[in-house]
Formats: sequence, C-alpha cells, structure tokens
Amino acid sequence: MFTETLKLALHAIRRNPLRSFLTVLGIVIGVAAVIAMVTIGNGTTVQVTERLSALGTNVLFVRPGQFGPGRASNEAKSFTWRDVDAMRSQVAGVSAVAPVSQSTATVIYGGASRSTTVVGSTSDYLVAQNRIVASGRGFLPSEERSGAAVCIVGDTVREKLFGSASAVGERMRLGSFSCEVIGVLERKGEGGMGQDQDDMALIPLRTLQRRITGSTGISAISVAVRSDVSTTKVQGELERLLRERRRILPGREDDFSVNDMAQIVATMASTTTLLTGLLGAVAAVSLLVGGIGIMNIMLVSVTERTREIGIRLAIGALEGQVLTQFLVEAVALSIFGGVVGILLGLALAWGAVTAMSVPFVVSVPIVALAFGFSALVGVVFGYFPARSAARLDPIEALRHE
Amino acid sequence: MAEPAEGDTPLIEFRAVAKVYGSGEAEVRALAGVDLAIHRHEFVAIMGPSGSGKSTAMNIIGCLDTPTSGDYLFDGIPITGLDRRQYTLLRRHMLGFVFQGFNLLPRTSAVENVELPLVYRGMPQRERRQRALAALAQVGLERRADHQPSQLSGGQQQRVAIARAIVTEPAVLLADEPTGNLDTRTSREIMDLVGALNRDRGITVVMVTHEPDIAAYAKRVVRFVDGRIESDERQEQVAA
Repeated sequence: MFTETLKLALHAIRRNPLRSFLTVLGIVIGVAAVIAMVTIGNGTTVQVTERLSALGTNVLFVRPGQFGPGRASNEAKSFTWRDVDAMRSQVAGVSAVAPVSQSTATVIYGGASRSTTVVGSTSDYLVAQNRIVASGRGFLPSEERSGAAVCIVGDTVREKLFGSASAVGERMRLGSFSCEVIGVLERKGEGGMGQDQDDMALIPLRTLQRRITGSTGISAISVAVRSDVSTTKVQGELERLLRERRRILPGREDDFSVNDMAQIVATMASTTTLLTGLLGAVAAVSLLVGGIGIMNIMLVSVTERTREIGIRLAIGALEGQVLTQFLVEAVALSIFGGVVGILLGLALAWGAVTAMSVPFVVSVPIVALAFGFSALVGVVFGYFPARSAARLDPIEALRHE
Repeated sequence: MAEPAEGDTPLIEFRAVAKVYGSGEAEVRALAGVDLAIHRHEFVAIMGPSGSGKSTAMNIIGCLDTPTSGDYLFDGIPITGLDRRQYTLLRRHMLGFVFQGFNLLPRTSAVENVELPLVYRGMPQRERRQRALAALAQVGLERRADHQPSQLSGGQQQRVAIARAIVTEPAVLLADEPTGNLDTRTSREIMDLVGALNRDRGITVVMVTHEPDIAAYAKRVVRFVDGRIESDERQEQVAA
C-alpha cells in the first residue's frame, strides 16, 4: 500500500514537472544557501585550524587588553623591555621570549618597491614563530641592543625586489632609512588568515622603535614553551608575573591576555558558532517561505483534482488513504526540493572552495538536518491541504467540473 | 434467472426514507418517505424527471448520502447511522459504480484504473493485475489495457469503468445514466454488456436513466415523481 501511495505521489509530481520545480524552488534555495555557507565555513575553519596548529601548540601569545567575542580590546598599556627580561629570567620552562611590534613600510631596491609588513623583534622571534634563515645570518646581540640598520627579508620581498639576484649583503631602503639585508627567511606560505607570511621584513625591535614607530612600547610577546613543560603551567606563571608587574589589584580583571593556539582557535570557533546561528535563522525563514509555497500549490492541486478525489472516495478509498496520498505527495515534493538544494549547495560550495583553495569539508549532520527539515516542512505544510482533500464529500466532488 | 422468492430478504430496502435539503424557507424535500425493496439478481431501472428524487435515491443506495429519516437496510441490516468510514467500507466491498461521465483517472492506463479499487483493498500487485486484466477481458478490452482514457473512445472508456466496477465482484452494480454521454449504437453495446453481467453473473443492477429505450433493458422500472414512487412495474426485457 505504501509503495502504491509513493508511486501515486511521484506520478502526480511528474505530471507537471515545471510546476513541481517552481513549487520547491523556495526550499531548494533555502537549503542550498545553508549547505553552501556551512560547507564553505567548515572548509575555512579547517584550514585556519590546520595552519594555526602548524604554528605550534607550545607557543603562548601575550597581548595587552582582552580579546574575544563581546569584549572590545580596551586601551591597555603595552609591554616593556623589562617585562620581556622578567619573563625570560623568572618563568621556568620558556625557550624563547620574543617581543613583537609591527608596522608597515615601503621597501625600495633599484627600480622595485613594495609596501610590506615590518616586524620588529629579536632573534627569539625565529624560535617562537618557527622560522628559519635560509641564507645569510640572524641578528647579532650587538645589533639588537644598538638598533642597527639590518634586516632579514621574507621570500616574497626578496623575489619582488631582488628577483634572481642574491639579496644578502645588498642595501635597500626601508621606510625612511637604508638598511643592509643580512638574511632571507625560508618560505612559509599562507598564514591562518590567508595572509602571505613571506611578505615581510624582520628588523631588530629597537630599530623599529627608533626609526619607524618612535615609541618604546612592545605590542605583543611570543613565548615558546619547552616541549617537556606544561603550557598551562607557564601560562599561569606568565599571568601571575604580569599581574604583579602591571600592579593589577586582586579581584580586578587582567588588562592583558595570554593565549595558546588552542584558545585562539576556540575564540574563532565561537565566532563561527554565532555565524551558524544567523544562518539557521535565515534557513528557518526560507524553509517557512518554501513550505507556504508547497501548501499553496497543494491546495491548488486538491481543487484541480477534486473529481479524482471523488472517484477515489466513491470506489472505496478511506479518508486516511486520501490523506496519506496527498501528504506523501507534499513530503515527496519537499524532500525532492531538499535533495536538489543539498546537491546545489554542495556544488556551489565546491566551486567556491576550489576557487579559494580551501578544503572541501562536507558536514554530514548539516546535510542530514537539511534533509530532515525539508521532509518536516512537507508534513507540516502538506497536512492542511491533504486533510481538506480527505474530507471532501464524494457526491460534491464527483459533480465538480 | 428466476424471480425472487416471496419472503426473501431484499438486498436493498428503503423503509419510509426521506431526504430533506436545506431548512426553513429553502427546504427541499428530495425524497418524501419512500418504500422500496430490491432483491438479489434484479435489474432495476430508476426513471423520473429531474428533481424527482431519483438521483438522491441512487446516492443513498450507493452509501454516498444518508437519509434524513427512515431506514436503509442492506441485506436486511439497517445501515442508517453508520459513520463515514463504515459507509466507505460498504462501498468498497459491496458496491460497484458506473457514472455518466465515466470518471476514469486521467493519464492512468486502463488496467491501472481497473486496479484502483483493489489497491484500496490492499491486494498484492500480482493478483491485482491478474484480476484487472480478467475484468478487462470480460468487457472485451483486454487489448487496450495499456491505453490511457484519452486514447479510448467513449464506449471503451465506459467499458473500462464497468470493468473497474465489477473487478471487486460487488453485490450491486450502480449505474448512474451509464449511456448519457454515448451515441445510440454504443449505448446498446454498453447495455448489452450490463444486461449480460446481470443475467450471466447474477450481479444486481440498479440503473438511473431518463431514456425509455435504455430502461427497456431492465426487468423492472421504478418511476419517481416529486420524491415519491409513482409506478413500479416488472417488464419483459428487450432481447440482448
């Protein structure tokens, strides 16, 4: 009996393919939008997570202010060289403490110029950020102390400015001063946010402070933890040390944050959750609209097929059998819309992630949920038309032209 | 067929059946207390002008409508006051319908149309198909089984409708103006078929018509006027 009903429903849908398609268009678009967005979002999240994890889980990032959703980074004072020294001498288990400040400057060599990120730090930066000097050398302690005009360039800068010629030993212009290229960093590729990690020039922090920013503040500190020491423990010690050094009274919130990669990833994930919630709301609206479309066309269909319903009732179809027939038809329509929507959404997402070179990650629960919801829409919005069909008076229905 | 014996329980029996539509000023008495008994194997033609109540009587016999007062007994059992579901089951198991407008499902093959009542009985596909093809053979349309109604002539469509009505082996075949949409020659063919079903298979036939030469195929003619039975006569059938 059920296969009969299903056959009947499919028959009715095939009878008017264009109308059936237009009927389910609302559901198709709604489901496709959700599936595409979620799939693209998942791919991006996976990529970001992979790249951030690649940076190493044993690195802690110390920044002034508090970050995270619902928390604006407030005006908090930056760190000092004394903070850096204190971390190095008072916290056990750290292998590198790299103060980091950043700016942007134009680098010029010969006829080529480029606007690039200028990172001011120490040779500890190479340890904490897991960077290797491919050719040339790193900073000497004397260069770091004196703020010498030396720089280590990323591979992108080398390529754009020097081409195939050797960069090491050349002098290039960096912002307002001239500096000697002492090394080239090994290529690292795109970063967690899609930025080019090789489009940079590394100079001693004191050089950056004196020649570019003009301030003595340090905007962030990267702390590498020895692999045999617990990151959590070091994190706690860093927090205690900074509270003491920044004179934060007990009971007051930190005006700085110490995070490892896992926590930064978690912060990003919570942003994604918010986005998913919004998507859910959009999906709910579009499914509602799609459902009304189905209800509308099912009511039209019941009116058109009044005579058919009359015949069925006269020759012995029970109310329940007619109800089931129309309900199955509505559900078959909405599931059809859901499936087309899922396929369309996946296709769109595949196109997008391929263009963005992001991994294609299909979320099975979301696909299942979309499928389930489209079926539910069929049941909810198909019930009323189906019931009105089942309750027709056979005499009236047979007289209907 | 022998005439029904005296004292037999009638298959269909009306006891003072009245049907009133509307109320107050708009009240219409379609049937004004009708007594009628139809026995097994009878072939009854119900005649009368429009508005005489013959269609209402037919709808009540067909369990599509209920009397306002009075009793309808089917095979001796009062069925007045049954619910919609029970009426449906009565129709499904006891009655076969043939309509003036054929009322076949469009875009559905002849054999599938004939199968339809069996689908609602929950009969398995294979058995259903066999019985539907057998019924189509009885009306002489075994070669048209895969044709859709639009590919069949009016007479052929009505034959399919008759096959659909008899495929369930009903006790009663109810025919409402079965030749109303057909030309004279086709009408004769259809009536010959109905007559043969009554004579050879003993199916009780109740037929509404307003054409005397169609009514002539019946063994008994009941005339309705103004919601009452005006005359009820047995007659010689025309030779089939």
